[in-house]
Amino acid sequence: MQLPTPIELIDRLAEQIRPSLSPDCALVGIHTGGVWVMEALAQRLGAELPRGSLDIAFYRDDFSRIGLHPVVKPSRIGFEVEGRRLLLVDDVLYTGRTVRAAMNQLFDYGRPAAIRLAVLVDRGGRELPICPDFVGFTLELPDDRHLSLTRSADGRLDFVQGAA
Amino acid sequence: MTPDLQLNPDGSLRHLLSLDGLPARILTQILDTAEGFLSVSEQEVKKVPLLRGKAIFNLFFEPSTRTRTTFEIAAKRLSADVVNLNISASSQSKGETLLDTVANLSAMHADMFIVRHSSAGAAHLIARHVAEHIRVMNAGDGRHAHPTQGLLDMFTIRHYKGGFHNLRIAIVGDILHSRVARSQINALTTLGCPELRVVAPKTLLPREVEAMGVHVYHRLEEGIKDVDVVMMLRLQNERMQGALLPSPQEYFKYWGLTPEKLKLAKPDAIVMHPGPMNRGVEIDSDVADGKQSVILPQVTYGIAVRMAVMSILAGN
Repeated sequence: MQLPTPIELIDRLAEQIRPSLSPDCALVGIHTGGVWVMEALAQRLGAELPRGSLDIAFYRDDFSRIGLHPVVKPSRIGFEVEGRRLLLVDDVLYTGRTVRAAMNQLFDYGRPAAIRLAVLVDRGGRELPICPDFVGFTLELPDDRHLSLTRSADGRLDFVQGAA
Repeated sequence: MTPDLQLNPDGSLRHLLSLDGLPARILTQILDTAEGFLSVSEQEVKKVPLLRGKAIFNLFFEPSTRTRTTFEIAAKRLSADVVNLNISASSQSKGETLLDTVANLSAMHADMFIVRHSSAGAAHLIARHVAEHIRVMNAGDGRHAHPTQGLLDMFTIRHYKGGFHNLRIAIVGDILHSRVARSQINALTTLGCPELRVVAPKTLLPREVEAMGVHVYHRLEEGIKDVDVVMMLRLQNERMQGALLPSPQEYFKYWGLTPEKLKLAKPDAIVMHPGPMNRGVEIDSDVADGKQSVILPQVTYGIAVRMAVMSILAGN
């Protein structure tokens, strides 16, 4: 199946999200691809929305197996999480473990009123009971395939597919 | 000292014993990871679940409440279980006792030892004898090394100055008794600091210091002229043997960092000190509490740096 371009999917996602926006919303992207998607969504949805980014390295469930991720970026949540409606944004939804980690981390900032999940691509293969609220594109990829988002030096987003 | 003891066969960090011999990529990885941990302090719950179920033992054979506390806080913010042991180092057969203590604690399922000892090489000795899965961090061994202090100093410099490649840095004071100075010199050299100065009276300078690739100054006024960073050291009264110094008052007159002397450094120079400070001996209160002082931020960064090392070691 031919995957649309990331920009087409971001446009599609923004239209899905727009009706549900309220003044108490904030966008949170998951490093690294989710932050790019979140920034692109924020441009389309209105610059006044508070934005944050999470690096879930300290909340992963596979630390005891593979150790700390070699590159850890600071998490930046520059707004009050308590009582806010959060839109969690990631590039590719797969096992759901990253989203689980991100939700645990968000609760360490406060108790949000709600968390909704927006993903560019849902590739199937869930291992946890997690379901996205907004999806750009859905496909079933076998476990031996890899799909991720990259960004070139000039800011262009592309999907990379290959053997896992 | 023995870099192979510190590294796994794949080149990742196994124990942190000394900054000597650690490649720049590992130093940078630690500093980058610490940047991530610094952001944890913005959370309502200032704690991450990374080391849940791990047991970290603070083995302090030499009393140091401050250092022990910073390791304890770091371990607790990683959700590890921390046990503090203050062990008197006065027993006769130290080597045997040390390893027996460690063997006993290992039998209690320790995952990591934080070791502070008055003898150089104590942490190395323990690292050489622990089981495969146990990690060792040196929290200061005699006059030899204090790697996490060196790392937090690097973190502080990078934070305020953006890097190391254009900096002129002066380390001032009691180099002879300072394990901090050795760690600083090793790390700054590895990270590419182009001009490193040590500034000290002849009696407080180890003979081999020039072999470490630093410029030596014997007058404070010359040594700190136009520098970007002034790293003060504590005058180690308790380690002094014999009369290396006339009196604290006279030391302050020639070697104390006062606002007037600090004006010789660059206007945006930062002043660092590993603590605890001897106010009115090596540093004037007006400097310690002044605008250029980053002494308290150093303490804050020290927690993040120790969290970074603990989690990297535990994961490798």
